[in-house]
Amino acid sequence: MKRVELIDVSKSYDKQVDVISNINVTIEPGEFFVLVGPSGCGKSTMLRMIAGLEEITGGTLKIGEKVANNLSPNKRDLSMVFQNYALYPHLTVQQNITFGLDVKRMKKDEQHKKAKEVAEMLGLTDYLDRKPRELSGGQRQRVALARAIVSETPICLMDEPLSNLDAKLRAHMRSEIRRIQKSLGITMIYVTHDQVEAMTMGDRIMILHEGKIQQIGKPIDIYNYPANPFVATFIGSPPMNLAKAEFHETDKQLIIGSEFKLNVPAEEIGKLPRTSMTIGVRPENLYPTTPETKEEDTFHVEVTNVEILGNETIFSFKLGKEEWMAKWGGQWHIDIGDSLPVHMEFESLSIFDEQSGELIKKTIDYGKYVSNKEVPS
Amino acid sequence: MTRFAHFWRKSVDGRAAILYLLPSVILFSVFVFYPMFRTIYLSFFLTDQTGNAAIMVGFENFMYLLGSSEFQNSMKATGLFVLYTVPITIILALFFALLANEKLKGIGFFRTMYSSTMGISVAASSVIWLFMFNPSIGMFNRLLSVFDFPQIQWLLDPEWALISVAISTIWMNLGFSFLILLGGLQNIDEHLYESSRIDGAGYFYRLRRITLPMLSPTLFFIITISLINAFQTFGQIDILTKGGPSQSTNLIVYSIYREAFINYQFGTASAQAVILFIIILIVTILQFKLGERRVHYQ
Repeated sequence: MKRVELIDVSKSYDKQVDVISNINVTIEPGEFFVLVGPSGCGKSTMLRMIAGLEEITGGTLKIGEKVANNLSPNKRDLSMVFQNYALYPHLTVQQNITFGLDVKRMKKDEQHKKAKEVAEMLGLTDYLDRKPRELSGGQRQRVALARAIVSETPICLMDEPLSNLDAKLRAHMRSEIRRIQKSLGITMIYVTHDQVEAMTMGDRIMILHEGKIQQIGKPIDIYNYPANPFVATFIGSPPMNLAKAEFHETDKQLIIGSEFKLNVPAEEIGKLPRTSMTIGVRPENLYPTTPETKEEDTFHVEVTNVEILGNETIFSFKLGKEEWMAKWGGQWHIDIGDSLPVHMEFESLSIFDEQSGELIKKTIDYGKYVSNKEVPS
Repeated sequence: MTRFAHFWRKSVDGRAAILYLLPSVILFSVFVFYPMFRTIYLSFFLTDQTGNAAIMVGFENFMYLLGSSEFQNSMKATGLFVLYTVPITIILALFFALLANEKLKGIGFFRTMYSSTMGISVAASSVIWLFMFNPSIGMFNRLLSVFDFPQIQWLLDPEWALISVAISTIWMNLGFSFLILLGGLQNIDEHLYESSRIDGAGYFYRLRRITLPMLSPTLFFIITISLINAFQTFGQIDILTKGGPSQSTNLIVYSIYREAFINYQFGTASAQAVILFIIILIVTILQFKLGERRVHYQ
């Protein structure tokens, strides 16, 4: 249960170009912290720097209260799960689990006892005498997990541990890893490129892009209030729809992608930039029209693609150069080429500065509460 | 006729297969199978000077060889030679491979140097060693005299000759063993080492519990190949010592050569070849039986 602190950390391989720069973050004790980003964004490098497998070329890394920049990996009090699990193919599951304990010269009986405990926790008891090649992907993953748990280190690092599993198993392991982390109270730093994993597992997530922090925060806050267009399109599936927009002063209208015109409420006018901007709207905030829908909030779009996912329907349409997607609940019988009325509200828009990409206007809070549990104010 | 047509149609795959196999079947027959069976055949005969079978003598050639002190000496020398060269070559090659597997600047230079002996022919390197072993102008004796050690008659002293040939053979075989072992080392997943470093395993612990077990298939391969090679040593003997002095380096393949092409005793030479074949076969089978248990294939 240790804190991990990165102060202005950077990394460069050739002493000229930083592949990671200005990382400032404090990971709290017992926190499940997820590093997420597209491939090549430097998230694995960052994890390996924390583990001590990669040199830190700038800044300070603190583990607990100690500066850990030059500590060897085993002095950092952490365990790590690798993407390919890094199981020793010539050792049995039992030996794999106790490898780290054996290194630390623990007594054999005690090693066995611990291995047994952990194996029980992960349902590996029947496989202790097998070699890794005799196990399925999911079981190997559990062995890797068991190896990390048995070391009883306060910090655990995981580098895309679920990416080699099939979708169903992955969903199962997500909750399992989360459960174990909570029950043991370890500080978890978890790297993934999968935004679903990031959203569902993390207490907080950090989005990296090209070696720079894009945003750090609770998953739901990042989903609701993405700090810039990159985060907006990276988190959420399908991604947030983006388009260029301009504010037309005389009509008090926002012209989106030079096609849609949306009335701006009087009290919001002052907050809008006078130059062009990027607006974003989540696919679920493009609604079907109802009899009450005002005519001026309705747009007619031509459907270019339809996906019916059983309980929801996603269709795409062109807006200027961009392809937008809308997600409607339920099953809708829509055909490609149909012209549909779509309802959009100004309050659901996220507006980003054209130049800096900064979030200027947030969407309203769509969160709902179960009525008899409503949080007292 | 219809039955033939039926058979002809049904065997079309088989005929195609034979056609594909034909080139290697012909080559193997000419260069391997025929000489092999001819050798076995000749080992039961006394031959004339041109190598044609003359008198059938059954197992007499073998009985003669097993009783002959010359052959026993040759066997003993071969055994000693294998013992001298194989373990040392492999241990040295492993040591160099471990060194050259480290990620250091300019390591490519060392990798090239260590494997370079593979690129030199046995004849060329033997000539170089011949000079170095020379008692009066050779490098080794010069070195010994610098440190005031007594001079050694490397290739002329029966006590030293086999050791000298072994030393040069170790040097010649080092490159190949090194290259194979280095390849094996580079095949080991880097993550295993990273994982063990996080656990705090030291260098020798990693060597013992990760590197050697993971390298065991490669080690097994190189031990087998080296053993077979050592039993078949010929070139360096021919150039360095010609089997002398006083038969001390008369290894079995050289002895076969002498028997056949100098003494024109093709019968006994063939019998020796058959015995060598059986010995190598037994050693290899033994090695597979004993060694395979310790080998961890992925």
